[in-house]
Formats: sequence, structure tokens, C-alpha cells
Amino acid sequence: MPTRTIDQVLAELPTFAGLEPAYLELISGCGANGGFEAGEYLAREGDRADSFFAIRHGRVALEVAAPGKGPLLITTLGEGAVVGWSWLFPPYRWSFDARAMEPTRVIAFDGACLRGKCEEDKALGYELMRRFASNMLDRLQATRLQLLDLYGEPAAG
Amino acid sequence: MTPRPFQVSASRRETEDSWTLALEPADGGAAPAFLPGQFNMIYAFGVGEVPISISGDPAAGGPLEHTVRAVGPVSAAICRARPGDQLGVRGPFGSSWPLAAAEGRHAVVVAGGVGLAPLRPVVLGALAMRQRLEGLVLLCGGRSPADLLFGPELEGWEEDPRLDVGVTVDSAGGEWRGHVGVVTTLIDGAAFDPARAVAFVVGPEVMMRFTVEALLARGMDAADVYISIERNMKCAVTQCGRCQFGPTFACREGPVMRFAEIERFFRVREL
Repeated sequence: MPTRTIDQVLAELPTFAGLEPAYLELISGCGANGGFEAGEYLAREGDRADSFFAIRHGRVALEVAAPGKGPLLITTLGEGAVVGWSWLFPPYRWSFDARAMEPTRVIAFDGACLRGKCEEDKALGYELMRRFASNMLDRLQATRLQLLDLYGEPAAG
Repeated sequence: MTPRPFQVSASRRETEDSWTLALEPADGGAAPAFLPGQFNMIYAFGVGEVPISISGDPAAGGPLEHTVRAVGPVSAAICRARPGDQLGVRGPFGSSWPLAAAEGRHAVVVAGGVGLAPLRPVVLGALAMRQRLEGLVLLCGGRSPADLLFGPELEGWEEDPRLDVGVTVDSAGGEWRGHVGVVTTLIDGAAFDPARAVAFVVGPEVMMRFTVEALLARGMDAADVYISIERNMKCAVTQCGRCQFGPTFACREGPVMRFAEIERFFRVREL
């Protein structure tokens, strides 16, 4: 089977789909294939957020460590999802733990590299920000629904 | 309008507050035939009567199966019924899931919480006609792993190559290996062609609203999305008006309704 380049893989991931080929090539210049075994951490809360990840295969849990309780599972992210926004904003620190729940293949991006390219090409920067903002909106709305505890109290009867 | 006495022949605890009861006519006759999605009025003698969807397989015959969550005095009394106890049954009432509309297409079943109960007949029916379907997708959301209905059966469906199953919960401990998040987050990654799919959705109304939006955003047509409307009702035969939904009645035109036909009422806040 022919090996696919990173820009080819990126073109199929929702966050990057539809980007101009030149942009995909630019972005892929900051990315590298990577993998994590089940239980391995992609990121730890408080660590420097130099990178972010696009999941090719597998599943990642976002967690918060709670003393005496073990990790508290916030959400899980699967194929096509992006893990990590902290590389975009100072102070560039991870807010949560990201743990591979199963063998997980990713494209790992160098955040500083991509920030640099966005600074150089504002149109690319705008397009990426727009896509990440849309991604954040989806995640925020899902979290709001999750907080509503919709299944908790149906109408009495 | 007079309930027919049925005897509980079996009861199975599904979750902490939900039970599945098998009911057989106390007079020894046959249980009435029903279509997937229809409901019965179940009467706990001396307590009251509530509409409960039928969760059994219409093709199986035998006892009627209802899966009930104890959320009020009547449903709690029904959940307390044990083999040998009697309950009153009127029905079946209402519209049914148009499973035939999925022939040659993808059947997409989206269930939230106890909404899986009225959709179980759809899954069983779809499995029975699987060779005539392009695909079968079941997406289930629950409050926690312990709140998921039909545990062993759901696990069996997850292993069954004939259908693609996604299960997600709102919260879980570290031992949970599945998804965590709302059921709408499973829709984008689900294996179906939105241009050739029919969706069947049941859950709390807010969940259904967001699920329908996610299905439409994925590219589905509102005419191919069916939801089940839940309303309080007393008579189940359009006389009491309690279940009126715009110009329709949940007991007659519903509970299963085509989203395209009720969209403008579905978005009315007080309806």
C-alpha cells in the first residue's frame, strides 16, 4: 500500500478538509506522524503546550486529576478530532490530561511552528482560527448539553 | 376505555430505576398485535394510568414487553409489579416507526436515555430485514454506564457485525472504555450516507432537538427524520386533549412523527 503524505491525511480530517493544497502543505510541514499505546499520555495538565494532535485512529480521554478520586473523565475524542487548543494562547500550558484509551495514531503538530506560519500568512492564520473556533463552538455546545443532565429527570408519571 | 387485566409473567431490572415487564392477558387469550413505536396505557390498579411504549419485538408474539422508568407514583407502582401481579392494559395506540422507508437505505437509530426502549423494536425489526438495508447504525446516549438499558443485549449488538453501534455517556469513571459526551457528538463519525438514510430518534426533547439539528447538519433531509413525541395523556383516544401538539394529537398522529411535518410546532417553546 502506498504511504500517504501528511497533507493527504490532513485533507481527510474535518478540521483541515477543504483547505487549499498549498495551505495543507504548509501545515503538514509542522506535523509528524506519532502513536501512543493505551494508557500513555499525549499531554499532562500544566505542562508546556508546545504541540497539538489530530487523531487518525484510536480514542483519547480528556481528564482532570483529582486527589483521592483518581482521574475525572470529562470527554472522549475519537478519529478526526483535534486534541489541544492551548498551543494557540499564552501561557501555552495544557489545561487537562489527554490519555490514549486504546492504541492511538495521531499527527502531532509543532504549535510554535504553526503559529509562526500563521503570523507570516495572515490569511492562513484567519482560516485556521476560523476552523479552530468552529471546533471550540461544537465542543462548547456539547459540553453545555452534557451539563444539562438531560436524562436525569424526565416528566413524572 | 376499560383496561384489560394482564398478569406480569416476568420482570427484569434494567437499571437502578428501570424495569422491563412481560405481560400476558389474565384471561388466557392472546396479547394484541402491535407495531414498533406504538404504546399501551398501563394501569396500576388504584394508583393511575400512564402511556408506556412497547419495547418488545412485534414479530416475536408472546407477552407484551414494556420497559418502564420509575419517575412518578404510577410508573413507580408499575416498576414494583412482580410476576403474578396484575396490571391493566389499553392499547396498542398511536403511529409506528416506518421501518419500510429504510429499505435500500441506511437506518440510523438515535436513542437518549430510556428512549432506547421504544426504539428496541426498530433495532430488532431492522436486524430482521438487514439484508434489505444498506446499513444499520445505532447511537445510544446515557447518563452513565449504569443507566444504559438492555445491557447484555446492547453489548451483543456492539459485537454484531450487522450493525454499527456507538454508545456514549455523560459521565463515567476511569474503568469505562467507551465514549464520554453527548450522543450528538457521535453523529459526525457514524457510518451512514446522509443522502440515503432514514433516522429514528427518541429521547428527552432537548436531546431530540439537538440530534435532529446534527442530522440535518450532516446532510439529512427533514423528511427522512422521525421522532417520537412524549406528552402527558389521559385517554389515548383524542378525547381528553392533554396530548395535543399543534393541530395533532400525540396519541393519534403520534407518538412517531415525521420531523418535516411537525418542525414548525417542534420549535414552539410552550407547545
